[in-house]
Amino acid sequence: MSTLDTAGPAAASIATLWWVMLIGATLIFLFVMALLALVFIRPGIGRGTPASWWLVGGGLAFPAVVLTPLLIYALWAGERLFPTGDPAVAQVDVVARQWEWNFTYRNAAGAPVQSSNTLHIQAGQPVQLNITSADVIHSFWVPRLAGKIDAIPGHVTVLQLKADAPGLYRGICAEFCGTAHLEMQFALQAHAAEDFNAVLGGLPPAAAPDVNAPRGRP
Amino acid sequence: MTDTTAATDPIRLHKQLHRIWRTPPGFGRLSAVNHTIVGRRFIITAFVFFGIGGILAMLIRAQLATPRSAFLGPEIYNQVFTMHGTVMMFLFAIPLFEGLAMYLLPKMLGARDMAFPRLSAYGYWCYLFGGSILIIGLVLGLAPDGGWFMYTPLSSRTYTPGINADIWLIGITFVEISALAAAIEIIATIFKTRAPGMSLDKMPLFAWYMLVTAFMMLFGFPPLIVGSILLEIERAFDLPFFDPARGGDPLLWQHLFWLFGHPEVYIIFLPAAGVMSTLLPVFARREIIGYIWIVVSIVAMAFLSFGLWVHHMFTVGIPHLALAFFSAASTAVAFPTAVQFFAWIGTLATGRPQLKLPMLFLLGFFFVFAMGGLTGVMLAIVPFNWQVHDTHFVVAHLHYVLVGGFIFPMLAAAYYWLPHFTGRAPRLSLGITAFWLIFIGFNLTFLIMHLTGLLGMPRRIYTYDDAAGWEWLNLVSSIGSFVMAIGFALFTVDIVLQVTMGKRARRNPWGAKTLEWATAMPPPAYNFASLPSVTSRTPLTDARGIAVDLARGQGYLGFVREGRLETLGVEITSGRLEQVIRLPNSTHIPLYTALVTAVFFVGVLLKFYLVAVIGFVATIAMLLMWTRGWGDRADRGLMPVGQGEEAPPHTEVTGAPSNWAMTLALFANGTAYASLAFGMLFLWVVAPNWPPPVLLDPGLLASALAVAGLAAAAFAAMRSVAPAVLAKAPQRELWLAVAAAGNGAALAGFIMLMMAVPDPTRHAYLAATFVLLAYVALHAALGVVFAGYGIVRSRAGYVSAMRSLDLRIGAQWHRYTAGIGLIALLLIHGLPRVMGS
Ligand code: HEM
Ligand SMILES: [Cu+2]
Ligand SMILES: [Cu+2]
Repeated sequence: MSTLDTAGPAAASIATLWWVMLIGATLIFLFVMALLALVFIRPGIGRGTPASWWLVGGGLAFPAVVLTPLLIYALWAGERLFPTGDPAVAQVDVVARQWEWNFTYRNAAGAPVQSSNTLHIQAGQPVQLNITSADVIHSFWVPRLAGKIDAIPGHVTVLQLKADAPGLYRGICAEFCGTAHLEMQFALQAHAAEDFNAVLGGLPPAAAPDVNAPRGRP
Repeated sequence: MTDTTAATDPIRLHKQLHRIWRTPPGFGRLSAVNHTIVGRRFIITAFVFFGIGGILAMLIRAQLATPRSAFLGPEIYNQVFTMHGTVMMFLFAIPLFEGLAMYLLPKMLGARDMAFPRLSAYGYWCYLFGGSILIIGLVLGLAPDGGWFMYTPLSSRTYTPGINADIWLIGITFVEISALAAAIEIIATIFKTRAPGMSLDKMPLFAWYMLVTAFMMLFGFPPLIVGSILLEIERAFDLPFFDPARGGDPLLWQHLFWLFGHPEVYIIFLPAAGVMSTLLPVFARREIIGYIWIVVSIVAMAFLSFGLWVHHMFTVGIPHLALAFFSAASTAVAFPTAVQFFAWIGTLATGRPQLKLPMLFLLGFFFVFAMGGLTGVMLAIVPFNWQVHDTHFVVAHLHYVLVGGFIFPMLAAAYYWLPHFTGRAPRLSLGITAFWLIFIGFNLTFLIMHLTGLLGMPRRIYTYDDAAGWEWLNLVSSIGSFVMAIGFALFTVDIVLQVTMGKRARRNPWGAKTLEWATAMPPPAYNFASLPSVTSRTPLTDARGIAVDLARGQGYLGFVREGRLETLGVEITSGRLEQVIRLPNSTHIPLYTALVTAVFFVGVLLKFYLVAVIGFVATIAMLLMWTRGWGDRADRGLMPVGQGEEAPPHTEVTGAPSNWAMTLALFANGTAYASLAFGMLFLWVVAPNWPPPVLLDPGLLASALAVAGLAAAAFAAMRSVAPAVLAKAPQRELWLAVAAAGNGAALAGFIMLMMAVPDPTRHAYLAATFVLLAYVALHAALGVVFAGYGIVRSRAGYVSAMRSLDLRIGAQWHRYTAGIGLIALLLIHGLPRVMGS
């Protein structure tokens, strides 16, 4: 469940971001606390520094120097996490409802098949999830693979993720959604390429699309 | 008898002032309107709610201490965390600083009371009653359980059928009345009731912080109130604003909520930062550095904070560019924060800092808030946000910000100003021990939660299993929270001891330089026997004996005129003496008004709509009663104020505080209206299932009637305050009658339009149209009442060419109503046209 024990590129790049920010934040924090301690240990130490030094240096220059590279780095890192929109990427339609997850895929023959509370993907391949909800707001989250995205009734949100290796990854609903919010968990099963088609082939056909489900607007 | 020469005998002067300013004992205390008493009530009540919120927090931590705990089930746990968040944000933090501001501002500004004492009292009762509704719900097991931000559709009737969500919506809206009242009153007080000579740039920084905070409240609360009303209408009458199947959108709620919710965080932080900027120079024993820088950065923070709300919604699938924009804007808040942080550190570095008890708490602030600020920057970074959003990392961050940025400064404030409140100094202090328990306990509780969050623990789950690897972290966290709780208990004991058994404090024990320390301790109801004139930012250093001089009546208004309660009003920027403001005495009417307001809210809550209508009408009637017998029946002209100077009464100047109150109230009202219009356009652009199945066909006759009525009312109101008309009673009353008739015609037009709306439960477009029209109709109806009331005032002799305040306030209303009415007509005519094509 740990976001730091990563198993996919998206989670990995965010974990790196975290470590970078943690180091930066720790240094800043220690610097400010040291300054504060110094002021009390050696009173009057700043008597010689003009006020503008504190205001311009500490208030403007300091955050500018720290934040500009951070923002650039984060934007660059974030840009690579957005769905590519590449038609070759496999697509899964995800519908959340109180309190279960439904996944609809196309199998090798192009026929829609579905599964509940277990999402099957092919390891090493990106997959695009088109997520919506049939009732209240939920949130799709597999901490070891990628960030979360909300499932909102009337909207379709898109998340792209990839598992580097076959395995079972836990997923949860991260947005509070009522009494059984905690129980709204699912499994993400990443299969080796050679097994994947067989797994999809074994899934039951998808029911006709729910006519009552609200039409989505992206 | 008027004695306008300075009374030389301070005791006699005190007795005279005391007689008219005092609050009667016994049940008479319910009639208190004095800022010292009402401010104290706000503070004590807020601490009681803090106790309740704290107990709820302990329940949360007890439940999470061990895996698979059977202590609380999900139904109870959901109520507990929802109420914890709600109580802390709405019933503790905001009322606490409102109370502090009420108590301190007049004293710091050199005035005798707030600008609208009865409004403070009314606000207090609304707060108490609204808060009680929530607590009663909690005791009955009916507390709201959808989280403190009440996301739809979970909070809609389909998924939360019981009364729980209604309790939240009604109780909180009731409490928000007090927030808006406080906002208006704080702004008017800071603008107008200062000591002569105190120009804006000589104001104590605390007043600047409160001024900006109050403006943020004025613009921040209306979106929440509108959202709550819409949700309540949806729950009660099935008008689908948030239901995606009928053209509504749950995201509309999120936008309205966070449009309020993000500024809210700064609304809580700024007053605490104001405390920092006030206390820190005292303990650094020098003036603060960068006064202007600080003022500019407070204002910058206020503006920025209204542009950041989307950073609470990074996971709802926002477009790319918007993400980048809001991310950058969110990190930009670091600049004004850093300016203040380094101004404080610089002040300490260049001064001679003293580590007294309040300073210890300020250091606690530096430590805790710095960390909260740093995790805040991290959360503004979008990819990282996607991972830790809705986990315990966010719980940790928000407590670092709120406890660091609010609780620690407020505890410092408690120790700092307690001698002022009580006139007592501590005999022995448990404060240092309390500090360390709170500080260590806090960090133990919440530092660890960053890690639990990163390890994947979401917020708002009532338990977890032992496979998750979170057991130790949660146990330590819970232990820490109990250490902290002991610290708070010790703090409470310490305060109670000091209040009951402290020794007599000497005046100005900390050597502060702001005016509140020139009053006696505890302060008399009128604060100052005579009012100072101010020449610098540190009035207490300029004139060493200022406290004694003022007590001797050697300042302004060192006398009692005809038994009236008086304080001075100044021109906003220059602080030049401008008017003599007459203030009301103790009265029960705010309490009665709040009681009938409660009838309205409880009527809505229990769905007794007839009762609710009666309560509403009674509230308006009561509010009009406030002015009964209030005012002058003859022109006074210039009145002596002492020191050889003269000023007119506030009823005879253009910049009276009540003028400002109306202007500010209309700002808030306009923000609410804009939120409504924004909601309509938002749904049209973003919501699913648009365009609607049917469009409104607004009748031309009805629209014409509405336009004509609005225009006539606005024009007539303008004429009624023209100097030539004002002078003649029959003429001005005629124009007022035209204004009433105009509003009546507009009301008829808007009701006809409302009736033309096909079944508003069918689609959000129809629902929004209906509510937009109803909003204007309500204003037109009130316009009829206000114009009629103007006639009553005029006939009773309270109006003349000089005393035109009542009519000018009415004119503001009519102009405003015409404005929003025209916008509504444009929208309901324009939108179908655009959509139809
Ligand atoms: C005094 C010690 C406090 C403790 C031990 C504490 C503990 C907690 C915990 C454990 C949660 C997370 C509950 C969950 O997600 O399951 C929480 C939520 C929250 N707390 Fe506190 N808290 C404290 C003080 C405060 C204060 C002073 C404030 C505000 C001024 C505050 C505001 C909130 C809010 C807004 C939430 C979110 C509620 C929600 O998710 O709806 N807390 N608190
Ligand atoms: Cu869910
Ligand atoms: Cu959930």
